[in-house]
Amino acid sequence: MASVTFEGVSKHFGSVKAVHDVSFSISDGEFVCLLGPSGCGKTTTLRLIAGLEQATSGRIDIGDREVTYLNPKDRDIGMVFQDYALYPHMTIADNITYPLKVRGLGAAARRKRAEEVATSLQIANLLDRRPGQISGGQQQRTSVARAVVHKPQVFLFDEPLSNLDAKLRLEARSFLKHLQQELGVTAIYVTHDQAEAMALADRIAVMEGGRVVQMGPPLEVYRQPATTFVANFLGSPPMNLLRVRLELTKQQAMLVGETFRLQLPQISERLKGVVSEGEALIAGLRPEHLHMANDSDSWSIAGEVYAIEPLGPEALVTLKVGDSLVTARIFGDEPPKANVGEKAYLLFEPERLHLFKASGERIP
Amino acid sequence: MRLVRYTLARIVFYVTASLFASFFTLPLLWLAFAPFNEKAALSVTVPDSPSLANFGQVFKNTFAVRALFQNSAIQALGAMLIVTLFATLAAYALSRANIRGKDLISYGLVLFSSVVTGTAAMVPIFLLIFRLGLINTHLGVILVFSGGLLPAAIFIMRDFVDSIPRSYEESALVAGASPWRIFMDIAVPIVRPGMMVVAVWAFVNVWGGFLIPFILLRSPEKMPAAVAIYSFYTEAGTPIITLTAAYSLLYTIPVLILYLFVNWRYGFRFFGGIKS
Repeated sequence: MASVTFEGVSKHFGSVKAVHDVSFSISDGEFVCLLGPSGCGKTTTLRLIAGLEQATSGRIDIGDREVTYLNPKDRDIGMVFQDYALYPHMTIADNITYPLKVRGLGAAARRKRAEEVATSLQIANLLDRRPGQISGGQQQRTSVARAVVHKPQVFLFDEPLSNLDAKLRLEARSFLKHLQQELGVTAIYVTHDQAEAMALADRIAVMEGGRVVQMGPPLEVYRQPATTFVANFLGSPPMNLLRVRLELTKQQAMLVGETFRLQLPQISERLKGVVSEGEALIAGLRPEHLHMANDSDSWSIAGEVYAIEPLGPEALVTLKVGDSLVTARIFGDEPPKANVGEKAYLLFEPERLHLFKASGERIP
Repeated sequence: MRLVRYTLARIVFYVTASLFASFFTLPLLWLAFAPFNEKAALSVTVPDSPSLANFGQVFKNTFAVRALFQNSAIQALGAMLIVTLFATLAAYALSRANIRGKDLISYGLVLFSSVVTGTAAMVPIFLLIFRLGLINTHLGVILVFSGGLLPAAIFIMRDFVDSIPRSYEESALVAGASPWRIFMDIAVPIVRPGMMVVAVWAFVNVWGGFLIPFILLRSPEKMPAAVAIYSFYTEAGTPIITLTAAYSLLYTIPVLILYLFVNWRYGFRFFGGIKS
C-alpha cells in the first residue's frame, strides 16, 4: 500500500501533448477515479503510473520511491486492462498466478494462492477452464484476481467495466468498491462514465485536454464544478448551461437570457469585483433542481415543451428556451401532462444557480 | 416453368462441376491405383490383382530410397526449422518494434520472395553458394530455400503476431515478465498455429523443390527425392510408369501426414486471430 504522487508530469507524443504538467497526490488507500472524455489523457496518466509509458518530464513517486524511470515490473503494481488481457492459451489458474510464476514461485504454492484468491473472488470453480469458456463477468474477476495475486502496492484499472453489459456493470461496480475497501489498497481507476466515477471514487480527477481540471470528492465536484466542462461532464442528463448577460444597476443585478430575466438580490454580493456590467456569463442549472410550473415566477424560465420522457421514478421534461434546450428531471409517479409546443415554466431555488464566466471558469 | 428452369440450371451446374472435379481427381485416382498395378499405364484402371511388387522394385533402388528418406528429409526439415524460427522472430520484431516504414518492408518482402528463388536468380545463387564453398552440401540447399521462403513466411507470420492484442504483453510486463519471457510465454503459444502453417508450407516447398538441389548438388548421394525420381526413367528418357507411380505415392505420404497432423492439432489457416 502506498501513495502516488505526480509532480509536473508531462507526456508528449511528438507534437501531441497527451498529458500536460499534471500534479496531484493520492494518499495511501485512497480510491481515485480519472474521469474524462476519450483523448483527455486519462489512460496515458494511468499508463505513466504503470510504467507502460515514460514521462517526457516531471516526477512520479509511488510510496517513498521515485519510479519515473523504473520498468513496470519494478513498480509493484497490479493492473486490470479494459479487454482483461487474459491469455487464451492458459487456464484461469495459470492466468491468475502468472505474476507469481514470473517471480519464480513453485507450482504447488501458485496453485494454493490461486485457490485462495479465486475463492475470495468467487471464481474458484473455474480454475481449470480457459478464458474463452467463461463469461465476461467471470473474465473480469479473473483479471482482477491476477492484479491482486501478488499483493501489489497500487491497483490500476483501465475502464474495467466498459466491456460488460449494463446489468453486469452495476454488479461489478459494487463488487469492485467492496473489494477495494476490504483490501484497503490504493486504487486508480480510469473511466469515461461519470456515474461509475461518482459511485466508486473517494476523489475524482476530471481531465480535459491532458490536464486535471478539477480534483476532489465526488459530491464536491458535482456540487461545485470548477468549469462548465466539469459541470457538463458530471450528471446525467448534464447540467443545463444557458448564455446570459449581466445587467448591473446600483441596487440590483439582473441576469438576462433570451426569454427570461432573473433578478439576483442576495447573491449579488458574490459578483462584486468579479464581473462587470454587460458581461456575457453562463448560467448553470442541474436538471434535478428544476420544477415544473404553469405560471411564471421571479425564479423561473419560460419555454415551450419540446419532449417528455417518462423513465419510471422520474420523467425528463425538455423545454425549448429560445434557441437552447433545457432539461428538467421531474420526480413523481405520474409524468407531467403537457403537450408538445405548450408554454411551460421551470422553477428553481436561487441558491441552486451556478454561474460561470464566458471562458468557462466558475464564479464562486 | 420456373421449376423446369431451376432444374435445368442445377443440372448444368452439376455437370460442369463434375467435369472440373474429374479433371482434378483423375490424376489423384491414378496415384491411388497405379502403384498397386504391375501393368500400370497412364490410364486410370483398377488393378485386377493388386500387388506390392512395384514397391519391392522401388526399395531395391537404394539411391532413390536414400534420396527420399534421408536427403529430402534433411533438407526439408532443416529449411522448415530455419524458416519457422526466423520468420517468427522477424515477424514479432516487425509487428512490435517502432520501425519507420515497417509496413513497406513487410509488403516488399512478398515481392522479393518470388524473385529470390526464381529461375532467373539461379546463376547468382549458384555463384554465391560456390564462393561460400557450400556447393554439394545439404546446408547450401537449406540456406537457399530458407532465403527464398523467409520473406513470404515473415509476411504470413506477421498477420498472426499482429492479431495478439498489445494488452497481453503489457499485462505481462506489469506482472514482471522480461521481453524474452513474454515472447516465449505469451506470443509463441498464441501464434503457434501460424508457426505450424509456415512450417508445413516451408516443408512442402522444399520437399517438392527440384531446380535448387539439382543445380547446387553434385553427388547422387545427396540428391533429394524430387531429383531421384529420374532414376526411374529409362535410358531413353521415358518414365517406367509402374515404378514412378509407386515412388510418387511414397513421396506424397510424409506431406499428407504432416498436413493432416497440423490441421487436426491447430487448424490450417493463413490468417491470425485468437481462437480461445
